[in-house]
Amino acid sequence: MGEYRLLSTSGLLGYGFPEESLAAGMSRSPQMIGVDGGSTDPGPHYLGSGKCLNSRMAMKRDIQLMLRAARSANIPLVIGSCGGAGGEPHLQVVADIVREIAREDNLKFKLALIHSEQDKGWVKKQMRDGKVRALRNVPKLDDATVDRAERIVGMMGPEPFYRALDEGAQVILAGRSSDPAPWAACATRAQLPPAPAWYAGKMLECGATASWPKGHDCLLVDVLEDGIILEPTNPIRKCTPMSVANHSLHENASPVIHQEPGGVLDTTHCTFEAVSDRAVKVSGMEWRPDDVYTVKLEGAELIGYRAITICGTRDPGLIGQFDSFLDSVRENISYKAAAFGVKEDDYTLTFRVFGKNAVMNSREPVVNTQSHELGILVEVLAADQETANAVLAISRTNILHVDFPNRMCKEGNMAFPFSPSDIACGPAYRFSVFHVVEPGDALSRFPIDYENI
Amino acid sequence: MPRIGDIALVCKSKNAGPFELTIDAVFGDRETFEKVKATGVLGPELFAKLYKVKAEDVLFTVYDAGFAFKATLPRLIPAGDIGDTDVYGAQQHAPLLAVEIPM
Repeated sequence: MGEYRLLSTSGLLGYGFPEESLAAGMSRSPQMIGVDGGSTDPGPHYLGSGKCLNSRMAMKRDIQLMLRAARSANIPLVIGSCGGAGGEPHLQVVADIVREIAREDNLKFKLALIHSEQDKGWVKKQMRDGKVRALRNVPKLDDATVDRAERIVGMMGPEPFYRALDEGAQVILAGRSSDPAPWAACATRAQLPPAPAWYAGKMLECGATASWPKGHDCLLVDVLEDGIILEPTNPIRKCTPMSVANHSLHENASPVIHQEPGGVLDTTHCTFEAVSDRAVKVSGMEWRPDDVYTVKLEGAELIGYRAITICGTRDPGLIGQFDSFLDSVRENISYKAAAFGVKEDDYTLTFRVFGKNAVMNSREPVVNTQSHELGILVEVLAADQETANAVLAISRTNILHVDFPNRMCKEGNMAFPFSPSDIACGPAYRFSVFHVVEPGDALSRFPIDYENI
Repeated sequence: MPRIGDIALVCKSKNAGPFELTIDAVFGDRETFEKVKATGVLGPELFAKLYKVKAEDVLFTVYDAGFAFKATLPRLIPAGDIGDTDVYGAQQHAPLLAVEIPM
């Protein structure tokens, strides 16, 4: 029976992991080592701005340990969705870190960079040919939305990883990838069936999250012909049938039906069996190949520039009439901003009232709040930073000083914790593209560069 | 009558991509899970009411292997878009905690 052993260091590149956990994992002779580098979860800013989610320092620390381990054991190191969003700037930051470590540690290897940014002209052509569709709860895509996007990435499947391994790459850095794809690629290339290979990837992409207690730590998975065996490498953690079964709930629309590039992983009939007090075997997963291969596209567009300030009130008289007070503040802001040439249509002003409904907005079921204090996050979005700053400044003045009936706190309505109180947040983005495309060839949209380091 | 917050092991919410929210209730043992399931309280209609969406927009799964129930529904506002309050969707589970289970 074939078997392939994979090691994941954590749920995300730059989250950190105990060095001892990596050493414990390496002592079990894994055949590849990897980590997932990204997610859409932190929001659209990273894809839009080209900035990395985690710091360069934290990413370098993780990669340095992984790279040394991988080279000394002569096994591939594979990182998907580099830098968070997996766009070209994110990929280049991680490639730069890898080159720097190679120089510092005098390491030599063949590096593959797999690119995932997609040409807008190609996306529009695929739209015209009827090869693009929206995902559930996403509006239909049009040419103008494609044109406005700062950046569009395609989410690659295992095929480009497979190709890079065939070409002898020892370190693979990829742009946006399906989270399980790097692991699925290595296991299927070792002639193991796709169902356990994909299931292994679904677990490994989150590091030791499928164990108890949860933590950013290393996970070892053996892929077998008929299932997988998971075990965290840190002795303080263990996988149990429940911890593993429940990990399928994480960030998935369904715990049993998982759409991946090229097919569906169906875990409806999985069984979870303890094979030791720390390891669990999962079997019964199924893989159903799609009739037509699709790739998910992700794009982000600029929605403006943001400025914020944070303040709080402890005045019971004000808290008792807070909604009408905010209406009055808004009117004053509108009047004063118009006086310096900024119309109401030129900005979006939002008051987020913590202690009332700042977390759930209109889905908040509690109508009568009992808070003795309220926190207010005042937010202004405008087409440029200067306008956002100006409207925010006049908002801050007005929320502090606007009068209200029976006001006792005549010197000011709000406590501001900081000076300066106003914070310019820079550009803000939204996810504008979240669609699937039929790319034709699964490999052609993800070009690979090789470098001998 | 016990509330879900009293009898569940885990009750949580998270994004399932930037456009959807997914809410899970996990029970600690098969007996409790089966009792809750038998009441029929947890279903798409409950989540539709709690989150002010249409029942047909709720993807509801009873997950026997994990003693869990999962509901996935549209986010109020896509993650990070203008007016969003919870980019990760991690704090939208509280209405479920207060749901009473007749058992």
